Amino acid sequence: MSETITGSEAIVRGLIHEGVDRVFGYPGGAIIPLYDTLYDYTDQITHVLTRHEQGAIHAAQGYARASHRTGVVIVTSGPGATNIITGLSDAMIDSTPLVIIIGQVVSGLLGSDAFQETDVVGITQPISKWNLQIRRSEDIPAAIARAFYIANTGRPGPVVLDIAKDAQMGTLKWDRYHRCNFIRSYIPYPEVSDTELHIAASLINSSDRPMIISGQGVMIAGAEKELAMLAEKADIPVASTLMGLSTMPSDHPLYKGMVGMHGNIGPNYNTNRADLIIAVGMRFDDRVTGELSKYAPQAKILHIDIDKSEFDKNVKSYARVHGDAREVLHRLYGLVREAKHTDWLRSFDIINDVERRRVIDPELNGTDPDARCHMGEVARKVSIAAGIDPILVTDVGLNQMLSSRYFRYTAPRSIITTGGLGTMGFGLPAAIGAKMGAPNRTVCVFVGDGGIQMTMQELGTIMQYGVNVKIIVLNNDFLGNVRQWQLLFYDKRFSQTPMVNPDFVMIARAYGIEAEDVERRADLDGAIERMMATDGPYMLNVMVSDQDMVFPMTPGGCAVDHIMITPNEVYTPDMNEP
Amino acid sequence: MEDKTLYTISIFTENHVGLLNQLSIIFTRRCLNIESCSASRCSLDGVHKITLTCYSDRRSLEKAIDQIEKRIDVIKAYLYTDDEVVYQEVALYKVSTTKLLEENNLEEIMRRHSARILDITANYTILEKTGHSDETEALFLELKRYDLSQFVRSGRVAITKSPVELVDAYLKEQEERRHRLTHDMI
Repeated sequence: MSETITGSEAIVRGLIHEGVDRVFGYPGGAIIPLYDTLYDYTDQITHVLTRHEQGAIHAAQGYARASHRTGVVIVTSGPGATNIITGLSDAMIDSTPLVIIIGQVVSGLLGSDAFQETDVVGITQPISKWNLQIRRSEDIPAAIARAFYIANTGRPGPVVLDIAKDAQMGTLKWDRYHRCNFIRSYIPYPEVSDTELHIAASLINSSDRPMIISGQGVMIAGAEKELAMLAEKADIPVASTLMGLSTMPSDHPLYKGMVGMHGNIGPNYNTNRADLIIAVGMRFDDRVTGELSKYAPQAKILHIDIDKSEFDKNVKSYARVHGDAREVLHRLYGLVREAKHTDWLRSFDIINDVERRRVIDPELNGTDPDARCHMGEVARKVSIAAGIDPILVTDVGLNQMLSSRYFRYTAPRSIITTGGLGTMGFGLPAAIGAKMGAPNRTVCVFVGDGGIQMTMQELGTIMQYGVNVKIIVLNNDFLGNVRQWQLLFYDKRFSQTPMVNPDFVMIARAYGIEAEDVERRADLDGAIERMMATDGPYMLNVMVSDQDMVFPMTPGGCAVDHIMITPNEVYTPDMNEP
Repeated sequence: MEDKTLYTISIFTENHVGLLNQLSIIFTRRCLNIESCSASRCSLDGVHKITLTCYSDRRSLEKAIDQIEKRIDVIKAYLYTDDEVVYQEVALYKVSTTKLLEENNLEEIMRRHSARILDITANYTILEKTGHSDETEALFLELKRYDLSQFVRSGRVAITKSPVELVDAYLKEQEERRHRLTHDMI
């Protein structure tokens, strides 16, 4: 029995059939019909009204990454659409599954420069996994089904549906919802080749100095257990990318730290000593490799990825396994031999010990009670005080690098950061979505004084929904990361990086959010305790020194093992203690 | 960019609005200049074939091909050198009839270039030649003498010499996959 329903009714039914119970958005002229339908479904779909469309998409990203589900965004045409572009690009480069429903002017006005018309399909093509303009109501159900199928299968990504207002208002015959599970031109989960697996296993079995680099692909595939099992059986050290943090717990004996520009010395230095690099679900970003021609000169690269286009894109692989990380790691487990790499593993610890003595201890163990806190110290203390399996959300810059370095990860999916795009303003709205996606976990967002002001209006969203997020502003009255580069490489010419800031505590309080300043070290513990004891949102405005920087650092254009540990010193093995 | 070679790129796609844009932005982003482009239906029902040519090195274009195949609506994409395909272009020339008739060797020119006449009026004559671009170019240079007022050349169309029809095989596999999926659901 079919019934006649409106296009917007079909959209909402489609969402419900896809298991959606929460959407993030902002209404406007071209999407009013859909909002009118949503009004009848408030018992099944919770709509989160952000204060800006950018906030809506970042929140949906945070939600998707914390929950493993597809984030849904609803915005209007024209400026509503263009305001989500940053988040769309961010979700594309960080493989975040989103379905973004955008209102469009009525189909008869398309191409006429109508009020609030913009070329959504044209603008979003390079930064969406798939997009489609819908001009007829009857095309809606299949488009919704296709959108969800594409967004959250294979390598996930954002999908844009540009739906003309008359398609929302017009009618169609509805009989039942058909979920999509097949597109002939799209193979989300390639069949894993036995040959590739056997070559991979023999490479692992014959290597003396193997090293795994675990990327976000491990997290997306839910392959954390398989990763640990493989590493343990073959006794292989594991490093992670920024996006792959928490794929292995921080205290796992085989976990040797983060690779990349501000990663740990052990894995970065040993990248260029390894004879085999097993790259799982990572894409050799330039922030990971440093100068490509000097990357891993002794190593064969074994690249495991679900996205064929990543092979040989940046780093030429010796062998590859095309497939889902979980399946590949599981099957490799059966093929690799038990092994011991005691000396090789120890070499990581010896090098990391230099970092501990020269970088980490001074960052964490400041003693002057009247001095400002170090950023790493704040992150470590917050992560320990945040209860079981907290989630770290970051913005971009020093706050991101220091919080991600010093936060302790105990469970998978514990970091939500903007990796590829490096979007300032991401943190605060992403934290809102993260908390909604993982309501039982403590969500701590670290943000700088610059980044918070890019999306600070989302304090209103936190207020309206009472979102229990812990906001830690690391405030140095500077755009600190750019300042660091200016100090190191631009002759201390601090062009446009000092910032005169408002009273963040007063701003938070204006939104009904409890907040306090932390001016000195002696006040930090008490403030964190009060923040964690509060059942609701809380902001700490922690004043940090503008002199603080993030080290170690591999400067751009340098080999990955050229690692500055202070502004004047580069790591060398003679710093190792026997 | 070691070897700047002219490559032919054959792309089999669904026939959707905006597809060409999806492809062309992949070239734009990598600063690859598309030399020629043609699009038409192909022997497979509902499948569109786009043929591009581009001067570049193999590695850059292989990466571009991977990005092209990653687009959801693209079925398959292939990279060929000239020796792997049979290819043609068609060119049209508009010249002054008076000038042309002054020529004593007109027959010889037409024979040598295997050109043909499509239309003649008192004012102008329209010639057509099919061939590789150096051949259509040669006729262009020759006809310049006769007040050539218009010249246009189509994009390359190409068919592979390979005995295996890869796209057919792929689509058959996909039909089987669809069958398995529907079967599993029941």
